[in-house]
Amino acid sequence: MSTPLLLGVYQPGSTVLHRLPVWVKVLSLGALSLTIVLVRDVRAAVGFLALALVLAAIGKVALRTLARSTRGILVIAVIASALQWWAAGPDKAAETLLDLISLALLALTVTATTLVNAILDSLIRGIGPLRRVGVDPERVALTIGLAIQAIPGTVALALETRDAARARGLGSHPRAYLTPFVIRVVARAHETGDALAARGIGDD
Amino acid sequence: MSIVFEGAGLTVDTPDGSRVVLAPTTLELAEHRIAVVGANGSGKSTLARMINGLVAPSAGRVLVDGFDPARDGREVRRRVGFCFTDPAAQLVMPTCAEDIELSLRRTVKDAHLRRQRALQVLERHGLVDHADASVHTLSGGQKQLLALAGVLAVEPSVVIADEPTTLLDLANTRRIGDLLLGLEQQLVLVTHDLDLAARCDRGIVVADARVVYDGPAAAAVDHYVASVPA
Ligand SMILES: Nc1ncnc2c1ncn2[C@@H]1O[C@H](COP(=O)(O)OP(=O)(O)OP(=O)(O)O)[C@@H](O)[C@H]1O
Ligand SMILES: [Mg+2]
Repeated sequence: MSTPLLLGVYQPGSTVLHRLPVWVKVLSLGALSLTIVLVRDVRAAVGFLALALVLAAIGKVALRTLARSTRGILVIAVIASALQWWAAGPDKAAETLLDLISLALLALTVTATTLVNAILDSLIRGIGPLRRVGVDPERVALTIGLAIQAIPGTVALALETRDAARARGLGSHPRAYLTPFVIRVVARAHETGDALAARGIGDD
Repeated sequence: MSIVFEGAGLTVDTPDGSRVVLAPTTLELAEHRIAVVGANGSGKSTLARMINGLVAPSAGRVLVDGFDPARDGREVRRRVGFCFTDPAAQLVMPTCAEDIELSLRRTVKDAHLRRQRALQVLERHGLVDHADASVHTLSGGQKQLLALAGVLAVEPSVVIADEPTTLLDLANTRRIGDLLLGLEQQLVLVTHDLDLAARCDRGIVVADARVVYDGPAAAAVDHYVASVPA
């Protein structure tokens, strides 16, 4: 199976972005993403994309990774902006397309320059004070980490299920692959839960 | 390490009546390497999963070093490592080193030290070149090796493996099989690979939710083979 999505794959390096404290990166990503979503303007969207590209270049994110990861996102972005074109015209469509690509690039740049474990550690520290009100920071961080990691696996399951349906000549009917897909995702979640429990993760 | 089944069994309620998944079983597992063989659906996984509390018996109990997995789960999981069939379900972090680090989180609190220990573990299993590679880029055999490395990283005293080689090719089956059989730890190996099973010190055959043979591994394999109509 080829990897459809290379989310959260760390690329070792020593660029400024690699050395930046994790919380700075995560908070900036949040703030920038919010700005991109809130500022409704095509020219601003071009500016954000340029900024995202510059940041990716500073972090020396490999071109191959960029191209491969954005391919999947491009499909989604193109569909979303086609809908926008139909509903709100070409300006909105261009803005949506550019914004989605910028968001993806920024997220990719953070994950390529930051180990997921480091993000988890930083999250645990960040939400540590919530321990007093009954929140278990370790568990919250692990849940977020798992959600990130589950994406490529789930995409792979979707492709496998689609291929299996096609092989049986059932390709055109969504029920032929949706039902088995949902069952497989739930089964995989159960197995992963068992594996985590067996590894004693979440024990303390 | 002593693993004791005291009449441990599992009966579940299903829409069409109750179903015996594993009849009450009494066993003491003390040998170094114990193989469990039997047909699909006979109850092997249920037996194996009871040892670390993934499945709780509905009758009787299991004791691992005196601890009941249903009550002292934490103590039991510290002693018992579990290796599953499909490594894709076990590997939960993006890169190889990070997945090993996840195993070590419980025991090594310092992040820098944890990374170093993870690299040592990868080195030991010939995976250090893949430390920062995505787990999705590994071959099936390498994935299972990594999953096993993650289990062994925390130095359990018993390793339970439920069909660890079922998805592997011949070379990787040999590699993982040799690794498991060569462990100093006690091993409980559920497998359909009868050559691997025969190399153990003791063999248990499960059929229709019951242990139907318990003795030397080679004899257990013969018993199982003889029970399957030609
Ligand atoms: N909680 C449960 N509820 C209902 N049925 C169950 C439950 N757990 C197991 N079973 C059924 O009991 C039987 C024994 O399951 P088990 O997984 O132990 O078999 P196995 O010997 O490991 O088989 P295989 O070789 O296919 O892995 C199977 O038919 C399974 O579907
Ligand atoms: Mg089984």
